[in-house]
Amino acid sequence: MKLVEDNLRKHTFTHLDALESESIHIMREVAAECKNPALLFSGGKDSIVMLRLAEKAFRPAKFPFPLVHIDTEHNFPEVIACRDKLAADLGERLIVRSLEDSIKRGSIVIKDESKPRNPFQSVTLLETIAEFEFDACLGGARRDEEKARAKERIFSFRDEFGQWDPKNQRPELWDTYNTRVHAGENIRVFPISNWTEMDIWEYIGREKLHIPNIYFAHEREVIRRGGNVIPVSHLVQPKPGEKVEIATVRFRTVGDMTCTAPVESAARTVEEIIEETATTRITERGATRMDDQTSDASMELRKKEGYF
Amino acid sequence: MSTTTQLLRFITAGSVDDGKSTLIGRLLHDSKSIFEDQFSAISKTSEKRGMAAVDLSLLTDGLQAEREQGITIDVAYRYFATPKRKFIIGDTPGHEQYTRNMVTAASTANLTIILIDARKGVLTQTRRHSYLASLLGVPHVVLAVNKMDMVDYSQARFDEIVAEYKVFAAQLGLHDVHCIPLSALNGDMVVDRGDNLDWYQGPALLELLEEVEIDHDVNTSDFRFPVQWVCRPQTGEYHDFRGFAGRIEAGEVSVGDEITVLPSGWTTRIKEIDTYDGKLQTAFAPQSVTLTLEDEIDISRGDMFVRSSAHPPKMEKEFEATLCWLSETPLDRSRKYLVKHTTRTAKALFSRLDYRVDVNTLEQHGADKLNMNDIARVAIRTQQPLVFDSYGIDRATGSFIVIDEASNNTVAAGMIA
Repeated sequence: MKLVEDNLRKHTFTHLDALESESIHIMREVAAECKNPALLFSGGKDSIVMLRLAEKAFRPAKFPFPLVHIDTEHNFPEVIACRDKLAADLGERLIVRSLEDSIKRGSIVIKDESKPRNPFQSVTLLETIAEFEFDACLGGARRDEEKARAKERIFSFRDEFGQWDPKNQRPELWDTYNTRVHAGENIRVFPISNWTEMDIWEYIGREKLHIPNIYFAHEREVIRRGGNVIPVSHLVQPKPGEKVEIATVRFRTVGDMTCTAPVESAARTVEEIIEETATTRITERGATRMDDQTSDASMELRKKEGYF
Repeated sequence: MSTTTQLLRFITAGSVDDGKSTLIGRLLHDSKSIFEDQFSAISKTSEKRGMAAVDLSLLTDGLQAEREQGITIDVAYRYFATPKRKFIIGDTPGHEQYTRNMVTAASTANLTIILIDARKGVLTQTRRHSYLASLLGVPHVVLAVNKMDMVDYSQARFDEIVAEYKVFAAQLGLHDVHCIPLSALNGDMVVDRGDNLDWYQGPALLELLEEVEIDHDVNTSDFRFPVQWVCRPQTGEYHDFRGFAGRIEAGEVSVGDEITVLPSGWTTRIKEIDTYDGKLQTAFAPQSVTLTLEDEIDISRGDMFVRSSAHPPKMEKEFEATLCWLSETPLDRSRKYLVKHTTRTAKALFSRLDYRVDVNTLEQHGADKLNMNDIARVAIRTQQPLVFDSYGIDRATGSFIVIDEASNNTVAAGMIA
């Protein structure tokens, strides 16, 4: 009898169940120990997974934190629409702070409108943290995305300047997390640290999550520039000599429109994306994030400056 | 990929000289877990450094700060998958802060790969790594005898090393030890078996990682549920709902089971096991669930539910533990610290410092202070009682961290026994 039960368990408690349980545990630690947390929510696939995990952690109660979006105003409209719909459907509070506010205040100076705004996101994020006095921000970053992230703790301490010091991180043992900060300091918490791109897609499929349609194959006007496929938008127009073509593409990540490249793909369902993810030979960021290609250490530098 | 794949967390212990980075690189490369953009980046670097072949060890090369100084900063986590399992590698560097880093990575690992250079055999560091694996209760150990190509793939040499190691492992109480001869450089017995080790009949490394039995590593008999968060929606249909959210750390629980709430000692029965996906009849470790109870009892975060009939945990304000000091600031015995144990945090004093363990010789020395990387036997007194098991029985309820209230840093990790 015992053996039969054990066998049953072995086949029903999957790696996704293990990851999900770990993430729920992390979110509940934040809710229980932090005074004023927030969940950073962009409308992208990872943060949509984060919302489902928050539902699993806290329902039937409301989330013990608001959702916060730092809007570059360089976002794809489909993603923003999805962000607003999800927050409304869940009945949770959504706080949006825009880079435009920081630009008006003068804390961000933009020289070229067509350039990516990711480097400036940290400024508005830190201003928002100060405005609401958040002591913890839950984020949907994963360790498999990038090598700076691979070395970051699940509970990642930031000093009063919002800075990450990779050489001076708190040891993190077992599942016993140190959530303590002094006034003005902040912790970034990454409950899906141990998830991979594949896990995210399998979970989206399993949970039947609604994600922005630009993750699925669609026809789009693009230009080819320096080996990248770049979506044409009001921010990115062809330069003289460049040809606009219609390609069948999907986005593996959705971020700043000026630096997020789609991949050519015919995958129109989650199942097809899972199949494609299993066989792809290029990393998620390598294929799609032009701002991370500029230098081997781009992400590391941005994180040190307070990027989540 | 099947959705029933399991998750295995493992670490690799050994120095750069043993070919640790090459082994990880080989594992990732031969299991086709390296992406083209990653491979082209390390190919370029290898070429720039004048190497004849692509140096797979560059895959685990990390941050700008590390590249500049030629060092590795503590633990990096890497991920790969085969159709049978998903793997998380805790990759720790092999320099002087080794104890602290290995202890950190080993705390969540199911398995440790201890790497040996076949030419050098069992060294002091092999003993150190094995001791730390046993101290942290890592259930499975793989002794990877690397660089077999440098000893002509000699079976006699392999057997000699294995015989010596097994005596030592038995002394440490490491029960599940697997020994594999391999060459990370040539790829023999890592993912593919290769043509050079025909005399070896056991599994190649990846095959072993895919097959090692991990279901029985958690304590399945004694139900342990530290209350993490109290769920009180106080709205509409859930006006009277009062659920206790947390993760089952050991054992299982069913609706109707009699449980005892510790430290208060009240008993009640499980009314419902609630999850977002519906109610369950039975739940087991490591599921995160919300429990409701038949009786209204004053319960808050930090309390622990145990099944009344099960083997009871200990409940004490003073206990002995093995401590690993992790901070650059030494222990100050005149100060109070915070101990975080499961979901409870209590003020604590170090009432005794019995001895320090030399991780290289395992000899015990008298101790009046603790510095970074020291491992010591201590007695701790806490303001409130802690509800715990011995670490050897339950890693989750037998472990704790020590926090310095002034800096808020995590300064030590402890195992109760």
